[in-house]
Amino acid sequence: MSSEDAFGGSYTVRGRDFIDAGLVSSQIKKLLKDRGIPEDVVRKVAVVTFEAEVNIISYAEIGTINFYVDHKAVTIEAMDKGQGIPNIDLALQEGYSTADDTIRDMGFGAGMGLPNIKKFSDEFEIVSIVGKGTTLKSVIRTVDK
Amino acid sequence: MDLKTIQSELGLLVQCAAERLGTVVTGGYVGDLLSDVMANSAKGQVWVTRQVHQNIVAVATLKELSGIIIVQGAMPDKDTVAKAENEGLPILTTGLSAYEVVGRIYRLLASS
Repeated sequence: MSSEDAFGGSYTVRGRDFIDAGLVSSQIKKLLKDRGIPEDVVRKVAVVTFEAEVNIISYAEIGTINFYVDHKAVTIEAMDKGQGIPNIDLALQEGYSTADDTIRDMGFGAGMGLPNIKKFSDEFEIVSIVGKGTTLKSVIRTVDK
Repeated sequence: MDLKTIQSELGLLVQCAAERLGTVVTGGYVGDLLSDVMANSAKGQVWVTRQVHQNIVAVATLKELSGIIIVQGAMPDKDTVAKAENEGLPILTTGLSAYEVVGRIYRLLASS
């Protein structure tokens, strides 16, 4: 892919809108597939964007998911205004969750969201300020190395 | 083996997207935690679950699963059925337990 072929998008995700969970990740997945991004990369992006989307819906007031594709990677950024994460190390432990019963009843809140994002990313960064919000960045490489 | 064969062998009820029962089933995954299914299921598998909320359609569509089997007599929400119909994703229901459904599908796929 040459630099002229680089593309991306930006989507708003509303907190507590569980009805539309998966909408943004579906749209991003479709765009990547249409552009011929390799299937294994699209699968990883789908997991990362879905979990990021569900996290914003579950814990934030509002958020944005951006993605950008260049010749070597898909970069996903998820930023939200919300409660933030007091202890990121704990939040990254599989099984740790602060989800309430409403979230758990729908099959979310198993403490796998952030661990999944990390697991399916080649590069992963997260910054959170309690009472302000969380920003995470995930890079999924489309070429080896 | 296609979903239609599994449907008739197990006597599953088709709730939507009947026209897509010809989809080939490559295997299965069972689970009620959406992040678990998101991370560990694979394209073409049939998903056995007790969840009925419409988010199961988003997960199955994103993962390109062949269909969803809802167990234990549970019924999908109306919105779930509408969304799945729209996506062409078959949802089947049964009074059988997840254990029974998975065991029988496993045997069918192993002998096919």
